Amino acid sequence: MAAMQLPRERLREAYRLMRTIRSFEDRVAAEMATGDVPGNTHLYAGQEASAVGVCMHLTDSDHIASTHRGHGHSIAKGCDPAAMMAEIFGKATGTCAGKGGSMHIADLDRGMLGANGIVGGGPPLACGAALTARTLGTRDVSVAFSGDGAVNQGTTAESFNLARVLMLPVIFVIEDNGFGEATASSYAVAGRIIDRALGYAMPAAYADGTDFFAVHDVMEEAVQRARDGGGPTLLHIETPRYYGHFSGDADTYRTPEERAALRRDRCCLANFRARVTEARLLEAEELDSMDAAVAEVIDAAVAEARAAPLPDLFSLTTDVYVNY
Amino acid sequence: MPVKTFRAALNEALHQEMARDPRTIVLGEDITGGKGATGEKDAWGGAFGVTKGLLDAFGEKRVIDTPITESAFVGAAAGAAVTGLRPVAEIMFVDFLGVCFDQIFNQAAKFRYMFGGKAVTPLVIRATFGAGSRSASQHSQALYPLFTHIPGLKVVIPSTPYDAKGLLIEAIRDDDPVIFLENKLLYDTTGDVPDDSYTIPFAEAAVLREGSDVTIVAVGRMVSVAMDAAKALATEGIEATVIDPRTASPLDTETILEMVEETGRLVIVDESNPRCGFAADIAALVAEEAFDVLKGPILKITPPHTPVPYAPNLEDAYLPDAARVIAAVRRVMAHGE
Repeated sequence: MAAMQLPRERLREAYRLMRTIRSFEDRVAAEMATGDVPGNTHLYAGQEASAVGVCMHLTDSDHIASTHRGHGHSIAKGCDPAAMMAEIFGKATGTCAGKGGSMHIADLDRGMLGANGIVGGGPPLACGAALTARTLGTRDVSVAFSGDGAVNQGTTAESFNLARVLMLPVIFVIEDNGFGEATASSYAVAGRIIDRALGYAMPAAYADGTDFFAVHDVMEEAVQRARDGGGPTLLHIETPRYYGHFSGDADTYRTPEERAALRRDRCCLANFRARVTEARLLEAEELDSMDAAVAEVIDAAVAEARAAPLPDLFSLTTDVYVNY
Repeated sequence: MPVKTFRAALNEALHQEMARDPRTIVLGEDITGGKGATGEKDAWGGAFGVTKGLLDAFGEKRVIDTPITESAFVGAAAGAAVTGLRPVAEIMFVDFLGVCFDQIFNQAAKFRYMFGGKAVTPLVIRATFGAGSRSASQHSQALYPLFTHIPGLKVVIPSTPYDAKGLLIEAIRDDDPVIFLENKLLYDTTGDVPDDSYTIPFAEAAVLREGSDVTIVAVGRMVSVAMDAAKALATEGIEATVIDPRTASPLDTETILEMVEETGRLVIVDESNPRCGFAADIAALVAEEAFDVLKGPILKITPPHTPVPYAPNLEDAYLPDAARVIAAVRRVMAHGE
């Protein structure tokens, strides 16, 4: 079903998730500035429509492999923002009991195979989840989220080929935010990202990553193909990245005007709001009240995370193996 | 008891486990051989013939020939393992793991810990290793110390057909990622192997021989080198204990320390390179834990710190042999008399 025809509840859910991601990331940036977050984070703000437009087609038994910029994918796939916040603060109540941090948030019960500290680490894992689905005869699919940086990794290219050879139900979602770390994709990526699919005879589609409806619709077709045994698809989704590569990145390789323009002109939340209110699908007031509700959720998540205990020192040496 | 080759023992283990559990799959390069071609199917059954016949028994959905793409298929095996399968990936030569290390030690080995104990990754990666086949520097290494170094991986190095079968079945049933290393010169060796399925627990060393003078620790093909040396030494009145730890990780430290305490002397025979190697690890363990019982220096018999050479005379000189073990034992016997 094309996204503009989605039931109101689904549209509300899409907006709530995108707003949750935005608020979560802006709040993480603020918390980082206090110095109380032990590690580093890579923020997803600006890219919300991609995670949500893709993950709205997935169930808990479908899998995603994420990236170092994984908070948005995690929230869109159903991870608990409070547990994620606690994880980022390195607390025992975190998604990974404080042992993973921002770059390793995972929730296997939700089909979230983990953010990943290695660029290009995820695509082979997503092929594996798809291989599980094929072997067990389910109709589950998997998604490998990658950035424009990861398209230049061998693991990504190898995964395109393997997925196509074995006709695995996997969707490669390339989120092209214009930068691999501090290097522009216009410099680092030879050719067009979408054309990489041609070499593997893999179906591919492009979507504007500030347009939830466009992402939703290209993913709908890709998911259907995968569930029906039609093999992999590459989706090239062009998105803005509001923050620098990492949370302390001064981001001087872009001008202040350029950064401000991204937030002003390329905002998936503003786009969504305009579309659904103009079409009378949702009222501005209900969107406002969702914004307020999300703000409360994030406030509570931070308060809980700050109050939560550190991991017991005993856990330093646990869970290396199932048994050893 | 039926006599089987090391290769047949491994093949039987795979057959029995695949029959027992439909979640067990095998994948790798040419594990059937002939895929997409017009001639014989299952033409190779693996580069060393270990997976021959699995295709007929279990079909191509569970016996998967992959392209030459180690990063993708080892990573896929890790992803499949963490989502519910029990994959056995075959890497033709352990050297080739160099192109997919990330998938092994940053992904599979780390899932459980970095996800806070929630992931279970029952993955087996089988690979051949070892020098002696005139295959030179990129097809001959003994890289088990690299994997032993990584928390989250288990490392298995069978030395007999009996151990090969029991340890492979144990590895497939184990819920952690296991690197299972097969010395390619052992494939045609034979030994007693029961037809029935059985397992051998990890971290349980085999004490192959007991003597009061010296303890020799060896793994893989070096076990037979150690045994040859021990037999020769017995003729001159030196009685050696020979231990095969069988798994480098986890390691049966108790048996090693107990046997060293009985003899007071330790010689380690190891096919891996000497720096930060398996022998060095055992030596450090004994030096820390059993210093007071040692009558002389701990001696390590390893290759030199070089790549594996091609020319037969050079490769023969590279590999530890019984003569070097005997000389080392004689040297350590000069202490503590």
